[in-house]
Amino acid sequence: MIIGPSGVGKTTLLHLLSGLLPPSQGAIHVGETALTALTRKELDMFRGAHMGIVFQQYHFIKSLTVSENMKLRQSYPQNADDKQRRNLLSERLGLADCSSKKVTELSQGQKQRLSIALGLIHKPQIVFADEPTSNLDDENCDRVVQLLKDEAEICKSSLVIITHDQRVKSHFQNQVVL
Amino acid sequence: MKLSYLAFKNMVSKPLNLALSLMLLWLSISLVTFVFQLSEQLSGQLDKNIAPFDMVVGAKGSPLQLVLSSVLHIDVPTGNIPLSEAKKLQKHPFVKIAIPVSYGDNHKGFRILGTELGYLEQYNAELASGTLFQKSFEVVVGSSVAERLGMKLGDTFVGAHGLAEAGGELHEDRPYTVTGILQPTGTVIDQLLISNLESVWEAHEHGEEGTNDDAQKNSEHEHDDQGDHDHDDHDHDDESHEGHQHEETEHDHDAHDEEHDHNEDKEITSLLVKFKSPLGMVQLPRFINENTEMQAALPGYEVQRLTKLLGSGVQTINGIAFAILLVSALSIFISLLKTIRERRQELALLRTYGLSTRQLLGLALREGLFLALIGFVLGWILGRLGVLGVSQYLKKVYGYGLELRGPDIFEFYLLGLTLILTFIAALLASSSIFKLNVAKTLSDA
Repeated sequence: MIIGPSGVGKTTLLHLLSGLLPPSQGAIHVGETALTALTRKELDMFRGAHMGIVFQQYHFIKSLTVSENMKLRQSYPQNADDKQRRNLLSERLGLADCSSKKVTELSQGQKQRLSIALGLIHKPQIVFADEPTSNLDDENCDRVVQLLKDEAEICKSSLVIITHDQRVKSHFQNQVVL
Repeated sequence: MKLSYLAFKNMVSKPLNLALSLMLLWLSISLVTFVFQLSEQLSGQLDKNIAPFDMVVGAKGSPLQLVLSSVLHIDVPTGNIPLSEAKKLQKHPFVKIAIPVSYGDNHKGFRILGTELGYLEQYNAELASGTLFQKSFEVVVGSSVAERLGMKLGDTFVGAHGLAEAGGELHEDRPYTVTGILQPTGTVIDQLLISNLESVWEAHEHGEEGTNDDAQKNSEHEHDDQGDHDHDDHDHDDESHEGHQHEETEHDHDAHDEEHDHNEDKEITSLLVKFKSPLGMVQLPRFINENTEMQAALPGYEVQRLTKLLGSGVQTINGIAFAILLVSALSIFISLLKTIRERRQELALLRTYGLSTRQLLGLALREGLFLALIGFVLGWILGRLGVLGVSQYLKKVYGYGLELRGPDIFEFYLLGLTLILTFIAALLASSSIFKLNVAKTLSDA
């Protein structure tokens, strides 16, 4: 978990780690891969295949349904179409009932859970979650963090949470970077 | 999930934008294809109908009217000409075929044409059932007439004076009998009721002068002035005469002379001529126009003149349609530009999914091309519906219908042009994709 007050550059760090921003100097390695050594296309492919990002704001494709958004995420860059995985994740995240709904018709809670689903659906090596609890009450904050931890564990993904929310700290006793 | 599916979903997710862009494209494509089909088919119909004849000889007046009335049967005749004059022309060395036609009556709006069997041969007309006319008041019916009026062999009907459907005096005592029904030819024949010349003459003789139209009256009035047309013609007039046995009685000759004199008084509406060589086309029309009371008109030339006149109108409409096409390309450009701006975050999100800039560009181009394709197909269908509407109208008024044809090669070119214009518009609108700052766009939301 990376925690710090607003404006210190937590999101910039996330963008650097996910290859969305190039560093002005130095190198970034994810496992054995040096992100800074990859071409733009290779970096796009690497990010798509090995990283999942749960954004602070909800970003979806508005013209598609919940299920289609998940399918789209599976399709790139590996061109996979694992319906069983979609159904399983939808069940676990409580999205099964709204899988055919347009994303614009979802409640805030459903959007939050869909955002997590999109970060995990393709079983990435690393999941980045940017301020996942900033808009949630205490109860929902705990639920979302636990959900992220559980799903990341099931997917065997490393989870990097970036937040200024002190409530999240209690979930990650020994893994906090200040 | 294929990018094409995503492009399609994106396109239909904003129905109002889609409708506006489609409408302009739709309008321009329908206009261009409609006008193209109309001009192509009209000129094709005209060419097909005038093909058997090189020249029409009729009464003085407008040459275009003469062609329209005597070849295409969509106008009133300029008047009548003496049969004797026509017969002279039939013997002219330049002339290969000369077929007299006479008309002035109709049945429920369809013209009754008196002519010779050679007329049917010129249009390669074949019987669908029955026999050709053998004697007066036997009639063969064109396929469209038979279909429209539900005519069958043995049916009888009476002709009404004049060429308009309503109001003509009926020749009640001279009923026609249907002896044959023709197969469709796609020519003017399909719209006619065809009998021999004598039927037309007898119908009017019987009804007496009072029923003849003005043109006929005028011609008859002038007939005395053209009186010196007897024996020279008569000598060549009937080839069967040469075969007469010497034993033939004087009575036979008298009877023949009587019949001949009778024929000398006859008039026809026009003479349809085919030349032996192109030389005839150069010399004979001028000779007729300068030295006789008749006029010669060349269907090919007159139809060319007519299509030239129509052509400028067609060009104007096509110009307007192409201008609308350009405006519709501009509308697609604006619509895509707006869409791409509105979907910047979605495009940035897709970049985080691993889609390259080129794939995002492909997505925008697909959206534009779908729009163009749908607009084109809808426009094409609308254009054909327009042709169908005009065809119904033409059939009702002139008896000519238009075909509902499949796509023409020109329309494929038009599709190509539409796709190219849309591609350029989509490419220009998508240029901002290359400058997309993914991190900033996703953070700014």
